[in-house]
Parts: sequence; C-alpha cells; structure tokens
Amino acid sequence: MPEKFDVIVVGAGPAGTSCAYTCAKSGLNVLLIERGEYPGSKNVMGGVLYRKQMEEIIPEFWKEAPLERPVIEQRFWMMDKESVVSFGYKGLEWGMEPYNNFTVLRAHFDQWFARKAVEAGALLINETVVLECLVENGKVIGVRTDRPDGDILADVVVLADGVNSLLSKQLGFHKEFRPDEVALTVMEVVNLPKDKINDRFNLEENQGCTIEIFGDSTKGNLGTAFLYTNKESLNIGVGTTLSSMIKAKLKPYDLLDYLKTHPMIKPYLEGGESAEYLAHLIPEGGYRSVPRVAGNGVLVVGDAAQLVNAIHREGSNMAMSSGKMAAEAVIEAKQANDFSESSLNRYKDALYGSFIMKDLEKYKDAAHVFEKYPQYLRDYVPMMNRAASKFFTVDGTPKRDKQKEIMRNMTSERGKFGMLQDIYRAWKAVK
Amino acid sequence: MHIVVCVKQVPDTKIIKINPKTNTLDRRSAPAILNPYDAHAVQAAVKIREETGGMISVLSMGPPQAVAIIKKSIEIGADRGYLISDRAFAGADTLATSYALSKALQKIANEEPIDLVICGKHAIDGDTGQVGPGIARRLDIPPITNVIEVSEVNKAEKTVLIKRKQISGYELIQTQLPCLLTVEKEINSILYSPLPNMLRAARYEPVIWAVSDLGEVDKTQLGLKGSPTIVGKMFTPPKLEGGKKLEGSSDEQVSQLMDILMERKDLLKLKETSTAN
Ligand SMILES: Cc1cc2nc3c(=O)[nH]c(=O)nc-3n(C[C@@H](O)[C@H](O)[C@H](O)COP(=O)(O)OP(=O)(O)OC[C@H]3O[C@@H](n4cnc5c(N)ncnc54)[C@H](O)[C@@H]3O)c2cc1C
Ligand SMILES: Cc1cc2nc3c(=O)[nH]c(=O)nc-3n(C[C@H](O)[C@H](O)[C@H](O)COP(=O)(O)OP(=O)(O)OC[C@H]3O[C@@H](n4cnc5c(N)ncnc54)[C@H](O)[C@@H]3O)c2cc1C
Repeated sequence: MPEKFDVIVVGAGPAGTSCAYTCAKSGLNVLLIERGEYPGSKNVMGGVLYRKQMEEIIPEFWKEAPLERPVIEQRFWMMDKESVVSFGYKGLEWGMEPYNNFTVLRAHFDQWFARKAVEAGALLINETVVLECLVENGKVIGVRTDRPDGDILADVVVLADGVNSLLSKQLGFHKEFRPDEVALTVMEVVNLPKDKINDRFNLEENQGCTIEIFGDSTKGNLGTAFLYTNKESLNIGVGTTLSSMIKAKLKPYDLLDYLKTHPMIKPYLEGGESAEYLAHLIPEGGYRSVPRVAGNGVLVVGDAAQLVNAIHREGSNMAMSSGKMAAEAVIEAKQANDFSESSLNRYKDALYGSFIMKDLEKYKDAAHVFEKYPQYLRDYVPMMNRAASKFFTVDGTPKRDKQKEIMRNMTSERGKFGMLQDIYRAWKAVK
Repeated sequence: MHIVVCVKQVPDTKIIKINPKTNTLDRRSAPAILNPYDAHAVQAAVKIREETGGMISVLSMGPPQAVAIIKKSIEIGADRGYLISDRAFAGADTLATSYALSKALQKIANEEPIDLVICGKHAIDGDTGQVGPGIARRLDIPPITNVIEVSEVNKAEKTVLIKRKQISGYELIQTQLPCLLTVEKEINSILYSPLPNMLRAARYEPVIWAVSDLGEVDKTQLGLKGSPTIVGKMFTPPKLEGGKKLEGSSDEQVSQLMDILMERKDLLKLKETSTAN
C-alpha cells in the first residue's frame, strides 16, 4: 500500500517550492518531487527576482538567500544595427532595504529555497520524474513516478511542473501550445571579473543593472533580449515567439550569436568566458491561454498555468504568488476535509482576484497585436534611432526645422494615417 | 548477516578544475558525490542481503555535509548510517583514515557483530586504494581486493566465495567471514532506487559520532598528526602534443588508420611485445 501525504507538489521551481513551503509551515504533510539532480539544476531564468512576492513568503529573505546583486538601474534600449536609443532609471534607494528586485542564478536560488521548504518540514526527493496523475472516480488521488514501487497518494496534487506541463495536458486541462503562445529563449552565463563588470556598467560593490533590448536584438521579430549583471558573471539572452522564429527561419542560437557580436553589446562581453548555455520556453499566451487551474484533488500553479506577464518579464513572482495561493486553498480544504473542485476553487478565486490575473487581463491583446503588426519592433525602432541621430547631430540646422524634418520622415514612411492607426492600436493593447 | 560498507564523499573529479597557480584541486568547482566505487559497494551489499537477510550499515568519515552521501546510500538500500565527524580527523591520510574507521567499526560491532566489511576499490580523489586493506589489517580480517563477484555466502559455515579480477583472467577464493572486500565497478550496475527508499532516505538522519564517542582512541594516530604522508609536489601532466585526428565516415577512418599502422610498423611492434608478455 503506497504511502499517503496531505499534498504532493510536482516540481521544485519557484511555484512548487512556495506552495510546499507554505503548506509545510502550516503543519501539512508535504512531498515535493523534483526530476532534476537538485532543485534549480536545469531551471532557466534571465535572472530578475522580485522582492515583493518573495518577501510575502520568506520575510527579509535577502539576508540569507544566495542573491547576485540588487538591481539599482534598469535600462531600456531601442536598438538598431549601429545605434541605440536608451532610457532608464537608476536610484540608490533600490540598493537599500527593502530593495526593489535582485538578479539571481536559479541553480543557486532554487536550491536554497527548496532547503527552506525542507527546514519547514516538507519532504523533498530529487531525480524522480512524475509520469502521470493517478485518477480514481474523476478525482486525482496521487501520482505515479518513474521509480520502482513508484505510486504515491495524496489528498491534493499540485502541478508546478513548468511551462510544458505534461501532467495538466494529460488531465485535459491544457491543449498543446500554438507556436504564438510560447517564446523560445536561449541564454548564456558569461563569466567576467567583478571589477570589469563594475567598470563597464558604472556600478559599485553590490549594485546591479539590467538592460532590456528591443529591435535589432531580435532582428525586428516579436521578442526581446536582456543583459543582466551577476556578481561575477553576466546573463545574456534573447527570445522570440516560436511562430516568429518559424516565420523568419531563425535559429535561436544564431540569434544569440548575432546579439553577442552586435557592436552595441560586444564591448560589455569582451574577454568574458562562456560558462553555461541554456534554452527554455516561456509561456506568452497570456490571459487567454490560462488553462483550468483547479479540479478534483488537483491544482495548477506557475508556468504550468501559463502565468507569465511577458511584457514586464514577470514570471517567477507570479509563480511564487500562485504557489502560495494554492497552498492557502489546500490548507482550508484540509480544514474542511473537502478536496473537491468546488472547494479547491478558492484558489481560482484568489488567483483571479489578484494582481496576476488583473495584469494578464490588461495585456490580453498585446502579444497578439504585436505579432500581427510587426512594424512596432521592425520599423519604429530604426525610425526612432534615425530621429535621435538627426536631432542630436549638430550641423547648424535650426532645431525647429529638424523637428519638422523628423516628423516628415516618419509620416512619409508609415503615412500619417498609418502612424495614427499604429499608435491607437498599441495604446489599446496595453491601456 | 550484518554488512558494513565504508563510503566516502568525494568531489566529482569528472568535472573538477585544477587551480593552475597552486596545482591543487579546486573543490568548489565540483559538486560532492558518493565515491562511485562505494555506490557499487552498497549495491553489492543489497544483493547479498536479498539472499541472506540481515542488515546493512554504512560508515563514513568526513565533514557534516557527508550526511548527503549517507542518505544516498540509504536510497540504494542501506538500513543504517554512521558518520564520524570531528576536527580531530581533519587532514587524515590513508593510515589515519583507516585507524579512525576501524575504531568506528569496532564500536558498531559492539552493538551488532559485523560479518562483512565492503569498501570501494579506491576513492576517485585520492586513488590510493589503501584504506580498505588498512582497515582489514587493523581489524585482523582478510582483505580481498578487486572483487567482481560475491557468491555462496554461507552463514552457518561462515564462508563466502569471491571472484577477484586479475590482469589476465580472474581468481576464485573461498574465504572466512568476517572479511573485507574492495569492489570493482564491474561487480554490478547501480539499480534505479525504488520510491520507498527515496522517501526513507529523505527522512533519514544518520548517527553522528565525534572522537569522544569512539571510546578508547589514540589521538596521536588521528588526523594530520597521525598522517606520515607528505605530498612533495603536485603537478598537472602536460597535455599531449601533436597527434592527428582522423575524420570522415567510420569506413574512411578505419582505412586511414590502417594506412598509418601499415606505414608505422614500429607502433605495431610495441603492441606485439606487450601482448606477448
Ligand atoms: C595526491 C594526494 C594528496 C593527499 N594529500 C593529503 C594531505 O595533504 N594530507 C593528508 O592528510 N592526506 C592527504 N591525502 C590522503 C587522504 O586525503 C585520503 O584521501 C584519505 O585518506 C582516503 O584515502 P583515499 O582517498 O586514497 O581512499 P582509498 O583508499 O582510495 O579508498 C578506498 C575505499 O576506502 C573507503 N574510504 C576511504 N576514505 C574513507 C572515508 N573517509 N570514510 C569512509 N570510507 C572511506 C571507501 O570505501 C573507498 O572506496 C592525499 C592523498 C593523495 C592521493
Ligand atoms: C530565459 C528566461 C528568462 C526569464 N527571465 C525572467 C526574469 O528575469 N524574471 C522573472 O520573474 N521571470 C523570468 N522568466 C520566467 C520564469 O523563469 C518562470 O516564470 C518561472 O521559473 C516559473 O516557475 P515555475 O516554478 O512555475 O516553473 P519552473 O521554474 O520551470 O519549475 C518547474 C520545475 O518542475 C520540474 N518538473 C517538471 N516536470 C516534472 C515532472 N514530471 N516530475 C518532476 N519534476 C518536474 C522541473 O525540473 C522544474 O524544477 C524567464 C524565463 C526564461 C526562460
């Protein structure tokens, strides 16, 4: 007779570990199952961890978690082939408690976080793949792992198995992705001595910088690139929707090579040593792609529930918050001893009432609009670069005449009406 | 039947880096793992227990983090784990290590007499293969090295049949119990652990002993003090220079290789004399 737990959590990423931690803290008997050699061993993230949602789970985590640097500057680049228009914000208040966000390396962070869950009382087993949910009379009653004698039971199974959630697909909660619902992202960790990083990014000890790069970073395709500072390494990555990649016949690693040798980027990486190469999907379907998140004896959290705000590159925070909300629903269900869908729908209600679904709803059309009308990244970014170049070049032309010429150039490219249409469409998509 | 397996935590030398300045292993560059030969030693014990019943204990000397490899041994199927951990053990060479381990084995034997001790053939960081025989000598039991098969464990007669790997062929030995074996990887393949073992390992907390728990111990034989080994010099062997890489399909590569061998008869000769030996 297999052992029975109160709750089994599948996947020790931010979503699963938050859920396991919260359940264990309230005294539930929790099993956390991870297929990797250890939590984080294969997990991929650009690296920005948001303070707020993490703090709601472990207050003052920054005093002990393995973080890289607090981010004190965020830059946004509109990049063309040989130029860039940039804006950003740098503030020392972000370098002090309670901070705004941090860069992290997931292999370190996930391991630490899972250890906190174990200290709280959760049981963690690694190197074990969950193959399927055990279903009896329409209710999930446990999971089957790939190990001998591998069945194990629970009142509730929480699926935190990441973007390609095979388990929720098996339950029929998800369908297969459409290529425009996921982004394929590749990234590299490039080792670079601390002094070099500080000099190149104009930083001091324990200060970090993030750069989000639009335009030529994806050769104008729908997607973005990033360059983040760790203590003694940089994370550089790029991704586009799978559909754009197919359409433009791009290979992800070619795109990363292109980015790394781009004249605006290369000087930052000079002399660096590639330490790791990673590839991963990001769910970008947004609001409309969120599957059913609760069933009889089962909940779906984090990337598995497609909870990512692609426009603001928020994913880990939504994963954590959803994991915590799921845990709270499980705790209440346990008190009522009712693990039916209607009882577990507390989680769904909490999710839809939270910032997560509100943000996803706000942007529900954005990706679709930008995919359908590729001019935003393809045409407007170079246009902005040309305009800036013209405006800032001192050649004796009066500034008023320059402004007129810039407007003339822009409207002649897209047409006055076309431009108004584009602006209205973009505004509607993100308002 | 009570089997004790000695297990060591080692850096994964497959991926470890050498610090080019000091020529020492950069231990931070590699994760700590259960010495692969020791994993086979635990698996061999599990196989014997299937036939004879009884209990498997594992014993390790190491820092507190070595609890991880005891848990790993429980995953493979050990029943109990002991860690001896104390600053006084630090810097031990094979002489001091085998002394400390034999003291712990005596203490374990006082609780439950030991019928068989199994070690790995060697540890992949030290590579000496001296600790196993060192323990056997101190416990005054026969050491049998390079073991590739254990059969006919006879509890009543207290005998066991052992197959030892030799440079050419093998050797069959019937010996008394208790004895000490050091095992080769060929002895078995590590099985994928059943889920109940994983759960037990996740919960398991080994017994941890300090020097003071081991009873009468001669402290001058422990740790750095008890270690006559002096490492004179360490260096990274120079990379092989030159050489030619054969490319193409396997047929093409074979024919290129044959051309070279036919031309360079001297290479073949070397081979001939060595097989003739
Ligand atoms: C190049 C080199 C440098 C060294 N430098 C030093 C030094 O500076 N100072 C010093 O004091 N010593 C030094 N040592 C020796 C010491 O660190 C050994 O690693 C230790 O004594 C174990 O020896 P081994 O790794 O060769 O084990 P082996 O004898 O190869 O191990 C055989 C088997 O013995 C068992 N075993 C070995 N160690 C343990 C253990 N700790 N716990 C449980 N079972 C175990 C395992 O079953 C293992 O498979 C050095 C050794 C080498 C080769
Ligand atoms: C390149 C890239 C950059 C990103 N940048 C950021 C960023 O800067 N900031 C941010 O907040 N978000 C970012 N994200 C998104 C973020 O990484 C995810 O939203 C977040 O990791 C989701 O957490 P999760 O726990 O739901 O899933 P995951 O982190 O994917 O964890 C799932 C876990 O489940 C395990 N697992 C899967 N299947 C099984 C199974 N069958 N059995 C057992 N275990 C299983 C996996 O091994 C894994 O450990 C980025 C993503 C990518 C790919």
